[in-house]
Amino acid sequence: MSSDKAKTPTFQESAKAYLDNTQLRRNIGHATHTIRDKREQAVGEMPDWEELREAGSNIKQRVMRHLDKYLVQLEKSVQQAGGVVHWAKDGKEANRIILDLVQQKQVEEVVKVKSITTDEIELNKALAKEGIQALETDLAELIVQLAEDEPSHILVPAIHKNRAEIRELFKEKLNQDELSDRPEDLAEAARLYLRKKFLSAKVGISGGNFAVAETGTISVVESEGNGRMCTTLPDTLITVMGLEKIIPTWRDFEVFMQLLPRSATAERMNPYNSFWTGVTDGDGPQEFHLVLLDNGRTNVLADEVGRQTLNCIRCSACLNVCPVYERTGGHAYNSVYPGPIGAILTPQLKGLEDEGAASLPYASSLCGACYEVCPVKINIPEVLVHLRGKIVDEKKRNGGIKQKTNQEHIGMKLMARAFKKRSRYERAQKLARIGQGLFVKDGSISNLPGELAGWTAMRDLKPIPEQTFREWWRQRDE
Amino acid sequence: MKLSLFITCFNDTLFPETGKATVHLLERLGHTVEFPLEQTCCGQMHYNTGYHEEAIPLVQKFVDVFGDAEAIVAPSASCVAMVHEFYHKVAERSGDSRLREQVEKLVPRVFELSQFLVDELGVEDVGAYYPHRVTYHPTCHSLRMLEVGDAPLKLLRNVRGIDLIELPMAEECCGFGGTFAVKNADTSMAMLGDKIRHIKDTEAEVCIAADNSCLMHIGGALQRQRGGVKTVHLAEILASTETSS
Repeated sequence: MSSDKAKTPTFQESAKAYLDNTQLRRNIGHATHTIRDKREQAVGEMPDWEELREAGSNIKQRVMRHLDKYLVQLEKSVQQAGGVVHWAKDGKEANRIILDLVQQKQVEEVVKVKSITTDEIELNKALAKEGIQALETDLAELIVQLAEDEPSHILVPAIHKNRAEIRELFKEKLNQDELSDRPEDLAEAARLYLRKKFLSAKVGISGGNFAVAETGTISVVESEGNGRMCTTLPDTLITVMGLEKIIPTWRDFEVFMQLLPRSATAERMNPYNSFWTGVTDGDGPQEFHLVLLDNGRTNVLADEVGRQTLNCIRCSACLNVCPVYERTGGHAYNSVYPGPIGAILTPQLKGLEDEGAASLPYASSLCGACYEVCPVKINIPEVLVHLRGKIVDEKKRNGGIKQKTNQEHIGMKLMARAFKKRSRYERAQKLARIGQGLFVKDGSISNLPGELAGWTAMRDLKPIPEQTFREWWRQRDE
Repeated sequence: MKLSLFITCFNDTLFPETGKATVHLLERLGHTVEFPLEQTCCGQMHYNTGYHEEAIPLVQKFVDVFGDAEAIVAPSASCVAMVHEFYHKVAERSGDSRLREQVEKLVPRVFELSQFLVDELGVEDVGAYYPHRVTYHPTCHSLRMLEVGDAPLKLLRNVRGIDLIELPMAEECCGFGGTFAVKNADTSMAMLGDKIRHIKDTEAEVCIAADNSCLMHIGGALQRQRGGVKTVHLAEILASTETSS
């Protein structure tokens, strides 16, 4: 992800601050519940929703099985349509390619369509270093950019901000003395500001929702029309996308154009659906570049269980139903990919040796709500548990003495040993009953030491009763 | 029908009343119940925390203990979900083809209690009596992994004297999640806080679920707040009769 391997904080560390921020929790709780309910309605209208999910999942699985073939096919299709294809093995390489292209045009400003992939590679920062300003034109991305903040949701990047906060921001940054907090007025202020930028921009940069291998067509779906502006007005268009975003044929849009809008914004269709195939004389950009980004994706592909993560079409339905995301917000994940999908994608892209990334698979109660809504049926709980296994295996191999003396590790080892043999298990039951005497007060346990203190901060723990079930059973049998 | 009881280590040690209730209930319905004493733990805690290697001998043990049983019934949705969802993966990891075969044969015979009663036996009225105002929390693993559907509610609706109140936002996770409750205690408690609020909104005396693990978590907070709301496992409600309650 970010090109340098900087250590990120763990989810536990970051979540604490956000959980204490009651305004943030209210903003996100309100927003996610609204989208959640609307999605349920939009999906409920579809009699064949389960079949669509199945189809979406199957198409994406086929893409992953034959990715090598489809990538070469896509390259050829784009070239035949007059586009140029670039391959980037990581973010650094992608940024270098894009920077070169922009510098050739001798511009100081480029307009951007909302794209998480460009956030992943920190493109704006890379361009800014060379004196080029990348202007976000999606309303929410603009808010985040003006506030010098980070997106906290895949689809609704400013979900953590409310109207009043946005009004204050616009008053200051867009020099608006008089501004109400009505959504219409806020949107109008941004619109006036952006319109000038669209008309003067020479270079547009976008991500892509889908790339059709068969035709070389790239597609971006959006709600505001800013994407349409960026992909049609400038002379040069640069699209950067993860190499997993392929669909084999044009016909496959039939499935995804039903799955995506209903899952994402709870709409039957997105207000703006842009498709472009290479370049067309006298119409739209006269130069088109497609940058295909790996940045860890082929490693994900190599893992048979983890691979399904690449099926993701970035609808963010999983974020909106996640009880963890709802309470901590997106920033606690310390990644451009927050929520359940982020909890499995980030560690696979970044690598499990990064302590922050390795904490993410544990940021879930495994409640399964994400899997239930996923339009391409990514079994997120399965991948979470799979990654936990890889993390523990890795710690056992290379964790050294720190791992061997870790409370959890010792506890797990001891319990595994006890469970293996009935006599040891029964002895452990008795020992636990005696041992708990230290902590039981007035018939309950309210204060535990070490890592278990987390339990008793808000919850009492029920003491072990006098008689186990098996003791009762034996007595009854006699 | 001869039934083998998998009581689970958690119930065995911490909630023996649930185990006893399961025995009483199944016997009342005319079944012979056996409890193989060699059983210990299904391995869920190890597996879900990432200790996959450690789960292998526990899966082997489960298979050895229950291999010949006609039907295995457990009063714990999450342990049964572990068997159904992950046992084949543990077996796969072990590289032992015999274990793989054993697991494949065994898994379809392992049932969660309410699912067994409603879907297998076709019983919805177990002749229970429980004259209290209650609410039911569908635990995540019963709902989304095992897909028990409304089996527990069908059973509860047929309990005499019961006043069953619908729990608002019932399908939201309570925040337990095994080691999640300790590793991410702050987030877990934020989730629990909302669940408790919704339970209190029902003004029920009792919160019921098909998993004692979630109930221990919910009940721990209810007790801390001295709110007067109890948590009781579904099996204990279904085992209650006019003479026992």
